[in-house]
Amino acid sequence: MSAPAVSEPSHVALNEVIRHYEGPPAIHALGPINLVIRGGEFFSIVGPSGCGKSTLLDVLSGLVRPTGGSVQFEGKELHGEVPDGIGVVFQEDSSMPWLSVRQNVGFGLRTSGLAKAEITERVDHAVSFMGLNQFADHYPAQLSGGMRQRVCIARTLVLRPRLILLDEPFGALDQQTRLLMGDELLRLWRETGATVLLITHALDEAAMLSDRVGVMSARPGRFIDMVETGWPRDRDSRIVSDPKFGALTARLWSSLREESLKTMGRAA
Amino acid sequence: MSDLSLENALAGSTSRRRIRAFDAVVLALLILALWQAIGSWTKGVVVSPPLQTLVYLFGLLRTWMFWDHAAATLQAFLLAFALSALIGLALGLIFGIRRFAGEVAEPILAGFYTIPKVTLYPVVLLVFGLGISAKVAFGVMHGLVPMTLFTLGAVRNLPPVLIRTAKVLRLSPGRTMLWVLVPACLPDIVNGLRISFSLSLLGVLIGEMFSSQRGLGFLLVSGMAQHNVPLSTAVVTMIVAVAIAANTLMLRVGGRAARRPNP
Amino acid sequence: MTRRRAVLCVRVAVLAALVILLELCCRTGIIDPLTVIAPSDMVASMVDLIGSGELNESIASTFSTIALAFVLAIGLGTLAGALIHRSPRLRDVSDPLLASYYSVPTFIFYPLLVALLGLGKPPLVVLGVLSAAPAVMISTLSGLDSVSSVLIKMARVHRLNRARTLWWIVLPAALPRLFTGFKLALSYALIGVIAGEFILSGTGLGYAISFAYQSFDNRAMYGVMLFVMLVAVTANGILYVWEGRLARRRSAR
Repeated sequence: MSAPAVSEPSHVALNEVIRHYEGPPAIHALGPINLVIRGGEFFSIVGPSGCGKSTLLDVLSGLVRPTGGSVQFEGKELHGEVPDGIGVVFQEDSSMPWLSVRQNVGFGLRTSGLAKAEITERVDHAVSFMGLNQFADHYPAQLSGGMRQRVCIARTLVLRPRLILLDEPFGALDQQTRLLMGDELLRLWRETGATVLLITHALDEAAMLSDRVGVMSARPGRFIDMVETGWPRDRDSRIVSDPKFGALTARLWSSLREESLKTMGRAA
Repeated sequence: MSDLSLENALAGSTSRRRIRAFDAVVLALLILALWQAIGSWTKGVVVSPPLQTLVYLFGLLRTWMFWDHAAATLQAFLLAFALSALIGLALGLIFGIRRFAGEVAEPILAGFYTIPKVTLYPVVLLVFGLGISAKVAFGVMHGLVPMTLFTLGAVRNLPPVLIRTAKVLRLSPGRTMLWVLVPACLPDIVNGLRISFSLSLLGVLIGEMFSSQRGLGFLLVSGMAQHNVPLSTAVVTMIVAVAIAANTLMLRVGGRAARRPNP
Repeated sequence: MTRRRAVLCVRVAVLAALVILLELCCRTGIIDPLTVIAPSDMVASMVDLIGSGELNESIASTFSTIALAFVLAIGLGTLAGALIHRSPRLRDVSDPLLASYYSVPTFIFYPLLVALLGLGKPPLVVLGVLSAAPAVMISTLSGLDSVSSVLIKMARVHRLNRARTLWWIVLPAALPRLFTGFKLALSYALIGVIAGEFILSGTGLGYAISFAYQSFDNRAMYGVMLFVMLVAVTANGILYVWEGRLARRRSAR
């Protein structure tokens, strides 16, 4: 399950992480999870709905404390607080409707203590990096869902996080937009050199974007498969034409299918 | 964050209901205690204490005088409410369907609503003279606009697909209104009725306080003038009780209307 | 844009037509001048009263009373709303109360308030606050409810402390609904105070109308009435436009 290359330092490590909800009824939502994510890696998690993927992200980011086990980020254990250096892009649109695009993007730097000139520079860079130049002074309400998510990503980008967590960020978008956004994400990853953890329900997305994909079981979520994709670093969405891509997706589905059926059965 | 919401959802609802009932009783007792405190502290000059008020009220309910006044109020109120409801409904439907007219009218109606309507009472009296028609006019002045605005809003927010469906089914305008529009807008219409109810009552009561020789509003003011504190307190208590009861009833009815599966 | 302008034009035209109709009816004697005087006379009367300074004391009195009631209502209402929002138990108790509050004609308490506090400003202020504060509470609760949880999560990810979360996230997110509450507060405070002055008081614009009516001074009465109507419509209108601007920025065009 967790086989780090000895030469690369572990960036994030989860050790026997468990998460329970007290209820009633009591729910064992997640774990035990053992996971090591390497620095600079693009790691995706796929799993059936309700398996605890989002809980895992909450635990990883420090938003939530694990009921058991420990989470380490850059060698330090997390204690229910979000440490410096982590950026999160949520599933729901978290853009602030009362701020313009530029103000939204610069929001995270308000507490950074940086000089105004530096802030403006970073914001401008992020805005143009995410292709939002035309809309810099518009308000989120005037933008499409995809653009709003780009605003949220740009906002994370300015903080220069070392770990970027994304919880199904493209879930509300159509397939074509998603493929393009995937390319954006890869660009972002290469540009920042950050470690990226992407949670997605789309197998093709995981297969195409990641260095490694973890497949989670139905609730309580545990890793049942770890797939190394072996893609080169400078990839984009066109690798869907690579024959290996089909094989990868098929492998992910074969691991996942049974778990999904279990979840459906439970729901029915 | 995520576990708090989950916990709330999973929390036992029976214990919550029990706590709510307990808190409601505590609140009622607090109100009674406060009432008692003010009553005794001012030595019955402002309000009479709860028990005394209750006793007086029961005595009052046995007098012919009281029912004479209550009937006057009731008569004026029912007329005012009926007019507000019907005219408001009609206007609201018209302004809701005819979008342009609705857009023109809405700020005018909203603007009228912000005017202290008491200041127009003299005009009403000059036009209608003293008597029940003036009181009804007061009530309608207060209750008409909210009913119109609520209905207007409901019709405007109607999902267009329902009208398209009615057209496809080739329903006549009358039937569209009766079978599609009104049922779909029912929750908001009931809400409008509820508000209009309270406001028509308010209008009638204030009118009675201002310029009448009959009615509960008059009774209240004359009680004050004669320093008959138990009388005024009793009248206020009764009005409050009736208002809350009616409102709660309408909330329940409205709730049932809203809980129907949405068209 | 043109539709908005068209609506505006028609609206102005309709109002103008009504006023002209009234003017004609009064001038031709269809409407008895002892009942309603012509709009032009109303305006003349209003201008006279204001110009001569006769109304100054009443205006100052009424405006200050309303302002005080308004500020108190907002302060108390927002505070109470915020406190109730933090405690689910308190909320469970308050929700039904707030839901039925406006069904009670609070005005019937006014004579009691006068008996308690004497004639003058205090009962008027209390009446204004009683009329306005619950609306502020309701909209504060609604506003705080409307702050989506993802924004709070985002605040934690950005490691904002409590004060900053409140000031930078909660307040701006809740502002549209809070502002609606403020608008209602002004409206209800104004109505409450002037109604109180009218029925039972010794000072203020409401009293001025009542006094003029009882002195059979129609001209003065309509003059003050017109003034009160204009004040009400203007004050509320400004807040209404402001509210619309706030909302328009945040909602899809």
